[in-house]
Amino acid sequence: MISTSAAARSAAQRVTLRNALIGGVGVLLLLSIVRYIANADDLTSSGAFEQALKSAVPILLAGLGGLYAERCGVVNIGLEGMMILGTWFGAWGGWMWGPWWGVAIGVAGGAAGGLIHAVATVTFNVDHIVSGVAINILGAGVARFLSSIAYTPETGGGVTQSPGVGGHIGVFSVPVLAGGDVFGWHSPDVLDWLDTKRWFFASDVAGVLHGLMANLSLLTILALALVPATWWLLWRTRFGLRLRSVGENPSAAESLGVAVYRMKYLGVVISGAFAGLSGAYIVLVTSGVYKESQTGGRGFIGLAAMIFGNWRPAGVLVGSGLFGFADALQTRNDASVHALLLFVGLAAGVGAVLVIRRRKALNIGLFAVVAAGAIAWYVTSDTVPPEFVYCTPYVVTLVVLAAAGQRLRPPAADGLRYRKGQIT
Amino acid sequence: MKLRRFLLNLAAPVAAISFSVAFCWVVLTLAHYNAGTAFADMWDYGNKSESIVSVINRAVPLYVAGLAVALGFRMNLFNIGVEGQFRMAALVAAAFGAWISLPAPLHVFAILVVAMLVGAGWALIPAVLKVKRGVHEVISSIMMNSIAIGVGAYMLGNWFIDKSKTGSLLPRTKPIPASGQMPSLNTPLDALGIRLPAGSNVFGFVLVAALLGLLFKLVIDRTSFGFDLRATGINPGAAEASGVSLKSMTMRVLLISGAIAGLAGMGDVLGYYHGFSTDFPSGFGFTGIAVALLGRNRPVGIAFGALLFAYLDRSAQILDLDSIPREIVVIMQGIILLSVVIAYEVVQRIAQTQETKAAAEATRRMDEADVPAEVGA
Amino acid sequence: MNAGEGPGPDGVRTPAIELRGITKRFPGVVANDGVTFSVLPGEIHALVGENGAGKSTLMKILYGMQAPDEGEIRINGTPMRFRSPKDAIAAGIGMVHQHFMLADNLTILENIILGSEPRKGPMIDAPAARRRLDELGTRYGMQVDPDQLVEDLEVGERQRVEILKVLYRGAKILILDEPTAVLVPHEVDELFRNLKELQAEGQTIVFISHKLDEVLANADRITVLRGGKTITTVDAGDVDADSLAELMVGSELPRPETTESTVTDDVELEVDHLTVRLADGRAVLDDITLQVHRGEVVGIAGVLGNGQTELVEAIIGLHAPAEGRISLGGNDITRDSARRRRGAGIGYIPEDRHRQGLLLPSPLWENTMLGHQGSPPFSKRGWTSPSAARARTREIISDYNVRAPNTEVAAYALSGGNQQKLIVGREMSSEPRVLIAAHPTRGVDVGAQAAVWDQLREARRSGLAVLLVSADLEELIGLSDTLYVILRGALVAKLDPATVTPKELGAYMTGARNAERPGAIA
Repeated sequence: MISTSAAARSAAQRVTLRNALIGGVGVLLLLSIVRYIANADDLTSSGAFEQALKSAVPILLAGLGGLYAERCGVVNIGLEGMMILGTWFGAWGGWMWGPWWGVAIGVAGGAAGGLIHAVATVTFNVDHIVSGVAINILGAGVARFLSSIAYTPETGGGVTQSPGVGGHIGVFSVPVLAGGDVFGWHSPDVLDWLDTKRWFFASDVAGVLHGLMANLSLLTILALALVPATWWLLWRTRFGLRLRSVGENPSAAESLGVAVYRMKYLGVVISGAFAGLSGAYIVLVTSGVYKESQTGGRGFIGLAAMIFGNWRPAGVLVGSGLFGFADALQTRNDASVHALLLFVGLAAGVGAVLVIRRRKALNIGLFAVVAAGAIAWYVTSDTVPPEFVYCTPYVVTLVVLAAAGQRLRPPAADGLRYRKGQIT
Repeated sequence: MKLRRFLLNLAAPVAAISFSVAFCWVVLTLAHYNAGTAFADMWDYGNKSESIVSVINRAVPLYVAGLAVALGFRMNLFNIGVEGQFRMAALVAAAFGAWISLPAPLHVFAILVVAMLVGAGWALIPAVLKVKRGVHEVISSIMMNSIAIGVGAYMLGNWFIDKSKTGSLLPRTKPIPASGQMPSLNTPLDALGIRLPAGSNVFGFVLVAALLGLLFKLVIDRTSFGFDLRATGINPGAAEASGVSLKSMTMRVLLISGAIAGLAGMGDVLGYYHGFSTDFPSGFGFTGIAVALLGRNRPVGIAFGALLFAYLDRSAQILDLDSIPREIVVIMQGIILLSVVIAYEVVQRIAQTQETKAAAEATRRMDEADVPAEVGA
Repeated sequence: MNAGEGPGPDGVRTPAIELRGITKRFPGVVANDGVTFSVLPGEIHALVGENGAGKSTLMKILYGMQAPDEGEIRINGTPMRFRSPKDAIAAGIGMVHQHFMLADNLTILENIILGSEPRKGPMIDAPAARRRLDELGTRYGMQVDPDQLVEDLEVGERQRVEILKVLYRGAKILILDEPTAVLVPHEVDELFRNLKELQAEGQTIVFISHKLDEVLANADRITVLRGGKTITTVDAGDVDADSLAELMVGSELPRPETTESTVTDDVELEVDHLTVRLADGRAVLDDITLQVHRGEVVGIAGVLGNGQTELVEAIIGLHAPAEGRISLGGNDITRDSARRRRGAGIGYIPEDRHRQGLLLPSPLWENTMLGHQGSPPFSKRGWTSPSAARARTREIISDYNVRAPNTEVAAYALSGGNQQKLIVGREMSSEPRVLIAAHPTRGVDVGAQAAVWDQLREARRSGLAVLLVSADLEELIGLSDTLYVILRGALVAKLDPATVTPKELGAYMTGARNAERPGAIA
């Protein structure tokens, strides 16, 4: 006998999946229309989405890192600092011994940062956010210091930058669809062919899909695989149940013999490891060197993706896709960035229409104002100033956080400074 | 009991600093540097009289930023956006100062007011998002920091730029006329018999900063607004039941914190740069957080923290001459911060156990002596 | 009727549990002092005592959550040392806590198997878990839906999950800590029915309670603790309620008797058709109308969670009403802020002193200001006056017998009873016109309880109007001049405390009896 609430909940989830698919198709359709009107071919090009994916992965990994920590009840604001350690150690490891060593050492560096956070918050009961902020400051300092020792004029690089990382993490393309190699045979690139036809909507979709399937770094594939892996680990294994229970009700978990402190340590160290992997990815896949301030706030954007995703791996994936796309805009040409203004305007217009049913004047008004403003801006300008393009991921984060609001369900004991034997 | 508590609280930063020095000693030695020379040279250089002036000047923005952060911390609000707030405020206030012309004290005053308004304005978005949508202020204020870089660059490059200096590489605002400059303290100090080495200037803004600290203490400890603020930080449920409107309080405190943050850069703007350019010093926002935590969110402690960090920054400059990476100081600051927050937690727990025991002891003695509940000192 | 009975070779049954000489000290207090406690296999054994007698600590020691400073534990004759609940669980002991240890966001199945999950490699063997749960449910008559989220459950159902949790782990000895504290009478009956069924299947059961009628009706033997020591162990058939109470308290229970009426005709607090809604539109308070006169105590009886908290908070100003009016002394205060209302003379003793009543790390004199920090004498034109606060604190300490060494000590250093006395003193000494008192003697020992009742009666004589919310039926009946019953957000009965009995009151509180048809049971 399935109870009514469980049935209602799964029904709600199914509806959401259907809505998500409809929403996805709708977004692609709108993009195609905008591309056509504004003649901005780059907007739905394979290159744009390849870059979007590359920008999304670090955010995804950071978001998953945040997830592990918060699911065991520890807020990890220090992701940024752990990512910085990941970038530094990833670059150093890659420079010394090769890219995959860079990955391993980058992960270790991030995990070390996680360990410090765990010691401060779990053993010493320091406020989670204070500890996170301290780790961010410390991470930046450590990176600087280690650079000053490791990189001299002789070796190349300096205090703010490492020498180039040699070697190459392998790349994979999906066969047939995206021209991947199958046992030495270079398969046809169907999606690329379709993309070049420039047929309305079909070519756009082909462009998008091609970008997501061609020239995928092996690290990207690893990162994407970690999404279902995280789901399986946290919802299907003993370890996962215990970890989640510690984030929901640590006293209950303790009374049943769960090693609460150990779970928290593991969760936070894993969190740091993910942040380290994120940093290593930035260095080894995207940029090829360590550069100061390379992380650019992505640790925090990752947390936003986690919140947007309602603390579930699939949600984090969707969120990081959105933020990744916003982040990648800086690499796109002016025409497509400018065209996005039109997209925002039209999307807000659609949103206003959809929300009319709910009859909430404020929401309808907001959508209408945004729609009008974006379209007006589009019409009265030729380009978007680069300084504003730079701000896009941060503005998008704010908007998403503001909108996400009340439907969320964070772990019940998230942020709780827990002491053993304490009955809350 | 109070003395013991005070000594315990003093022990924490002392322990943290000692630990940090020891840790960095080990790190330097492992990296084949002479730690002893490094620290000795830092000590000598830091104590020179030019250095002391520089330290005071460097400490001022840290102090003000620390006050801004501490105000929020006392209420469990994390205004991490100080960095963005003071940058925007410095930019706009500098441009404003160059744009208007008023007689001397009024001009400076107007610039300060504008700085506070802009700082508060930049804190408005995180405040509204927190109060209306429950968005955590840490993430939103950090986003505002990054947005400030972009928006600030745009404003400086397109609106406020000093066209007459198109030859120079750094865009900057028009210079602020003399009426908008804050005099240095050299003359009054001279009158007091303290002679400063030639060429060094103690910012007049030090007085403003000191005044801010005094106001901070008065408001927090002696007004009902301050009581409400502290109560909300300790126990929001009890504060609400006692009549505090949490939303209104959150909004007010974040805005005031932003306004104070806006003043953080004014010492440099008014006393040295007389304008704003892209090479304006940065990083106070985050160091301000460290300084606030080090000082346990109290004005006197924050002052010591600011002086300490400024001292470390200054004395590190000599390390270049020794070919020792001066970044060791950043690590030192980071370790101090991390170990001090841990130390304060430990101290608090010790104090709590001690106090409970002492109270139970004292009460037991009262019971035995069958003393009716009257109060001793 | 005890299953598994039968004397051993020497004619004496080995106790299932035997605690000897257990001593446990905390800073400032000895919670258990040489306690002996022995439970025979297959019996239902009650552990009784007042608050602070040491029952909870003893059970925590038995369950491995605390280690005793001295003493010995034997389970079925074998000495044991428990380092953690895991050890106790392994020895067959299962504890059902008073405050349920359940994770709302997890399913019933997840909550039950947590920590003892059946495994298939690293994975959880969910089908095996479901099968076992099903078995248990059928065997003991406690079926549940494994996929339901705990947050959707009623209180009685949650308790069932807690019991299943311990049975799942193969507990043969069940300890229940104040199991009926949050249950409605028909849920109480169901619980004891289940316990008897468990006993029939060979379980040994220990339950802690201070409700003597339940204890006498359901236990086989009873052990009394007082002041951390064992007083005696008796057969349930050999005692009655009064002698048991005497053993618990050491003297007769104080009864909150009222004498002449002090009720006047002036209405001090009026609540008129008050409705408060939740975000989804449901009414958590539905058309409440009542008046409190000067010199009157109006009592609100009801099972926790029927709207009492919301009523109190709406009057204080923490919830904005959807409809209705609140007036104080004839003035409409419905739109006034909480601060205004406190300043106008509404005093508040909150039901949860830690959450709403105190700033634990702050010195006592700052706690005295709490709730009054915007008005004289503590604050004038925005500036606070610590000296006035200290002076008032000294008064409160002496008038209300708060055991504290001085005004500077932090609130956390005081015991619960003294904290409550401080709060009561703080509110009464500000000379309010209306006092909202929610569970004013919760967690307070008997002596302090009597003192608080005296103070309330005294203040009422001077014209104070009191709205009293309590779960303690003796307190309600003894102090109130008028008694309302609240059920599902509405006032369903207005009773005369002089004539109503606790059993009747309980029936109204659960809806078993309806005010419209007084004799009928629904």
